[in-house]
Amino acid sequence: MSEESKTYAYFLGCITPNRYPGIEAATKKILKEFGIETEEMIGASCCPAPGVFGSFDMHTWLPVAARNLAIAEEMDLDIVVTCNGCYGSLQEADHLLRGNPKLKEETNKILGEFGREFKGTTKVNHSIVVLHDVIGLDRLKEKITKPMNDVNVAVHYGCHFLKPSEVRGHGSSDDPHLLEDLMQVTGAKTPEYKDKLMCCGAGGGNRTADAIQSLEWMRQKLVSAIEAGCDCMVHPCAFCHLQLDRGQEEMENAYGIFLNFPILFTTQFIGLAMGMSEKEVGLDQQVTKMPDKLLK
Amino acid sequence: MGTLYEDIIDCGGEIFGEEHLATLRECVQCGKCTGGCPSGRNTALRTRKLMQMALLDMREEIFNSPELWFCSTCYTCYERCPKGVKVTDVIRTIRNLAAKEGHMSVPHRMIGVYVMKTGHAVPIGPDQMKLREAVGLDSQPPTAQKHKDQLEQVQAIFKATHYDAMIDFDWGTMTLKGMDKGGKK
Repeated sequence: MSEESKTYAYFLGCITPNRYPGIEAATKKILKEFGIETEEMIGASCCPAPGVFGSFDMHTWLPVAARNLAIAEEMDLDIVVTCNGCYGSLQEADHLLRGNPKLKEETNKILGEFGREFKGTTKVNHSIVVLHDVIGLDRLKEKITKPMNDVNVAVHYGCHFLKPSEVRGHGSSDDPHLLEDLMQVTGAKTPEYKDKLMCCGAGGGNRTADAIQSLEWMRQKLVSAIEAGCDCMVHPCAFCHLQLDRGQEEMENAYGIFLNFPILFTTQFIGLAMGMSEKEVGLDQQVTKMPDKLLK
Repeated sequence: MGTLYEDIIDCGGEIFGEEHLATLRECVQCGKCTGGCPSGRNTALRTRKLMQMALLDMREEIFNSPELWFCSTCYTCYERCPKGVKVTDVIRTIRNLAAKEGHMSVPHRMIGVYVMKTGHAVPIGPDQMKLREAVGLDSQPPTAQKHKDQLEQVQAIFKATHYDAMIDFDWGTMTLKGMDKGGKK
């Protein structure tokens, strides 16, 4: 399949559909606006989280990921995702299985028990890459009806969108520009801030290992964005979203400090700039509240 | 059981290829991994020390270090290592070996419980179904949680790889052994 494909198998994962469905709604609406359809993947499971299940048992992580890839292959569609964890897991599994016939055979022995097979015929795409490269910045710009001219956005890439760069293929992980490009299309500014490339703190089982310690990473990141004069943070990862939005409530419970720094998934922010309402993209359901300048 | 280095090559090698993990031998203790580590600035995790401990076969010391679990797998060290050590994958492999030998916390084991029970590490509940309806989506996505026959496929994988035994999962109570009585094994 190629970049031409106008229908994607939407791999939902866990956090997007089960905690922040506004991300799912916004993504589907934007893609549809540009003539791109999304189909449900019946029976898809957890990706499973690359730093979590990859840390516990890679020999379980891989067949579970391969089963998800096989579902999209049966649909004869490329995959689109809205979480860096899903992106990392599925793309890495696809990469490893394609490059290692013995591993593929062993994995298919497990999948064969219930009649599935990994063939290596789908491609794993991140939704923000579809926006940037398939729809393209010029076409996106035509649909911006509510420019974000006076908004300073702290862009947060998350880790597994860019790294490992040898697998992801989005260029330098030290100097990325894809999110900046997308934000600038809406008229928003993207100031540099100290902890721009820092992890949200959630991955690799770190949030589960020690929640308070992991929230400290988040706190440092958010404070450095606030100090740089940013109005909100925009990112491409449902798991980061959970940490950065829900984490602010957890931080309030632990320390009594509520930063209320607005957190938006990329398609939620672009949805607003395309004239969608706060409610349509689920931003009224969050811990962090959106300021008037994003909703005007 | 060989040395820790040999076990890293065996366990991770099957997935990533042996040469990928053998990059560990190239470590010159320069500390660039530690310098850029977002965990290291907040926790006692010292990636350089971890690499050296692995090479010195300090298995028990590593497996009993809480810091082993404070890496968020952000791959900053992996990207920057001047000697090409695949640091993050070395750490993930060490964690696999630690988990296999029983060094896995109850909260970490519970993540597996959720996936075996529902197909998802973060399952849906009634409140979240309402959130979905509010944005115009079906109350439940058509994932493994909704389809029993699909969930059984996911469960079959966890059985085939003996993940269930690794975390002491009880298929009768669908949780960790001893957990249904409020116990903590």
